[in-house]
Amino acid sequence: MQDLSPGGAHVRAVHDEFHGDLLEVSMGPHHPSTHGVFRMVVTLDGERIVKLKPVFGYLHRNHEKLGEGTSYLGSMPYTDRLDYLCSMTNNWAYAVAVEKLAGLTVPERAEYVRVILAELTRLLNHTCLAGFLMQDCGCSGTPLMYAFREREKILDLFESLSGSRMMCNYQRFGGCRVDPPADWLARAQTLVDGYTAFLDEFEALLTGNEIVMARTQGVGCMSAALAVSAGVTGPALRATGVAHDLRKVDGYGVYPRFNFRVPLGAHGDVYDRYMIRVLEMRESVGILQQALAGLPGGPIMNPAAKLRGFRPKAGEAYGRIEGPKGEIGFYLISDGSPNPWRYRVRPPSFINLTILEDMCLGHTVADAVIILGSVDIVLGEVDR
Amino acid sequence: MIATLPPAESWLERFPLLVRDWITGHLPESLGWLAVSLLAIVVILAAFGLLFAYLTLAERKILGRIQNRPGPNRTGWFGLLQPFADGIKAVTKEDVVPREADAVLHFLAPVLLVAMSLLGLAVIPFGRHLLAANLEAGVLYFFAAGAATELAVFMAGWASHNKYSLLAAMRALAQLISYELPLLLSVVPVVMLAGSLSTTHIVDAQGGWTFGWIPHWHVLTPWGFAGFVMFMIAALAESNRSPFDLPEAESELIAGHLTEYSGFKYALFFMAEYFGMCGLSAMAVTLFLGGWQAPCAFLEFIPSYVWFTAKLLTLLLGFIWIRATLPRLRMDQLTRLAWKFLVPLTLLNLANAAFWSLSAGWSGPMHWVRWAIALTVVVGPFLLLGRALTAGVAPRTYRYA
Repeated sequence: MQDLSPGGAHVRAVHDEFHGDLLEVSMGPHHPSTHGVFRMVVTLDGERIVKLKPVFGYLHRNHEKLGEGTSYLGSMPYTDRLDYLCSMTNNWAYAVAVEKLAGLTVPERAEYVRVILAELTRLLNHTCLAGFLMQDCGCSGTPLMYAFREREKILDLFESLSGSRMMCNYQRFGGCRVDPPADWLARAQTLVDGYTAFLDEFEALLTGNEIVMARTQGVGCMSAALAVSAGVTGPALRATGVAHDLRKVDGYGVYPRFNFRVPLGAHGDVYDRYMIRVLEMRESVGILQQALAGLPGGPIMNPAAKLRGFRPKAGEAYGRIEGPKGEIGFYLISDGSPNPWRYRVRPPSFINLTILEDMCLGHTVADAVIILGSVDIVLGEVDR
Repeated sequence: MIATLPPAESWLERFPLLVRDWITGHLPESLGWLAVSLLAIVVILAAFGLLFAYLTLAERKILGRIQNRPGPNRTGWFGLLQPFADGIKAVTKEDVVPREADAVLHFLAPVLLVAMSLLGLAVIPFGRHLLAANLEAGVLYFFAAGAATELAVFMAGWASHNKYSLLAAMRALAQLISYELPLLLSVVPVVMLAGSLSTTHIVDAQGGWTFGWIPHWHVLTPWGFAGFVMFMIAALAESNRSPFDLPEAESELIAGHLTEYSGFKYALFFMAEYFGMCGLSAMAVTLFLGGWQAPCAFLEFIPSYVWFTAKLLTLLLGFIWIRATLPRLRMDQLTRLAWKFLVPLTLLNLANAAFWSLSAGWSGPMHWVRWAIALTVVVGPFLLLGRALTAGVAPRTYRYA
């Protein structure tokens, strides 16, 4: 194997041998594989990347400043727009921050429903990511279409529960907006029961495929030390072998009641990041089975929670959950007024993206595309 | 080995000849040859033009069905008018030429590409009586014309004055150099055993049946099967089809050498890709699948051109299926596959074919020894080299926290 480490012997050898000109290519913001309006200014030696500069901000919409001018509840729909694949978990993380600030408790049924929706979101996000990653690898749409077929079923569930497919705006401080009816739960159960079969089918096509393995193994390696020092979270961190899953670490909500495992990678390359997500989906199916079986009755909202005239006492709070992309957190400072004095988002996509150059150096353009794909970014969250 | 022709050919078999004679019969002798040539050109252009049109539709339909969607079904019954709608769209779209582009080369590249991909079709015997040009060195001519297509791709990439196109041009050249060799080397055994570079002779050499139902096609011998598979792999790469579509890798280079092309020029590239695919598949049918020969003696009543078309469409379906299934290789993996896997295997296959030819007289139990040796020479190196090729990649097991 060639030494493909950043600035490694191979890159230097090529330089010394040819003294060729470097080519600077601006990939994006309208490139098919940058997952939105993201730009990578890559400096190429042949096809090898010797420098990569991520450029973003094309989708900046003043999200955090808007949060300061809006009431607490008014920010809830805006959180949908951060990561438009995972609005349910964004809602939850924000609700956790506000509940912490206001000292609100959440009824047990709502906690279960939140877990169900968060795990469905995880399935949705990881399925889409696997599909997109394979699309970046050059599959002509087949894995993506299979992934989207499953995504469609989950979106249908979200739509019938919240009224919207992607911008769900479902969580409230102290509970959830509406109580899922029995037939909705039955439909969710059907979907969960069939999901393992879909994962088996998906993996049969891709996981053992020699081209997929050759394209992704040993590509875009991230060391555990680098990941930790850069603040990388989520599946990208766990692919390096660091056991850090907030569902276990914080044990928020009712997660401690469920029996699930946290898969860990060893190499931190693209293949590990893909596999960790697939294995996490299998664990999510287990959590969903347990949550659907153990869903208690009772109210879905804390009766003490006020939606109108909501003024938490002065103070600060940071609420975080394990979103599908990593730690999604909201930091709020209240001065006792109806609006937060400071509203700050900790976006997992953005922080995971910071070490893109370290992962890409020495690899080819074709690799950069799948490395970016494996980081799993949504520009709505990166740019805010 | 030479097939004995059936005593009386049906009128269906002679139908192309009858039509030709009916059209050219009343012309003076001096103009006859010209009319026959022109007729062949018109027929090939029309037939492959139509095949191209419906192949695009078939590809979109089949890709769609593989991907849980219906594919185009709005234009005409079952989407059957879709190719014509696409054609009208392509012709009426604005033709954008970048200001910095080399306008002449930018224009010439698609024209050259289509011309070169069409040239090869002249030497393919589509049926017993359907051959445009019976050249003595037909196979050589076919591959010479085919090799020029990659140069046109390079021209397009270079002339566009676009960085993605330039990268695509570099890839196209590397791919050309890597895959021309296994493509040609996998053909050499056929030429060696048939003793001729003429496509007609090669098809004739595959005529006849053992017991009346086992055809003497090259693909049914160990060296022929190996050659066929390697020829098809190299053909995939030569026609820039997935998983070797690196020059126009959409997820990496936007559209590669096509990035700066629009309107009709883009359609020409598209056309050339399909012509190239058809040409190489037709060549594979001719070289390995017995050309227009029927698979069994009792099926000979079906005209030869029907058999040829059926085999051609089967191979094209394979192309589409592979496109829907496999991800793309990386450039270094692509060249490694060519130099470290295909080239050694094709060279070994050459020796294997020589052995097969020398041992043709072995009979009795030695017949089985012959098969065993030939199969070993095919399967053994395939497994060894395949293992070396995929060394370092393996499914992994994961631990849980």
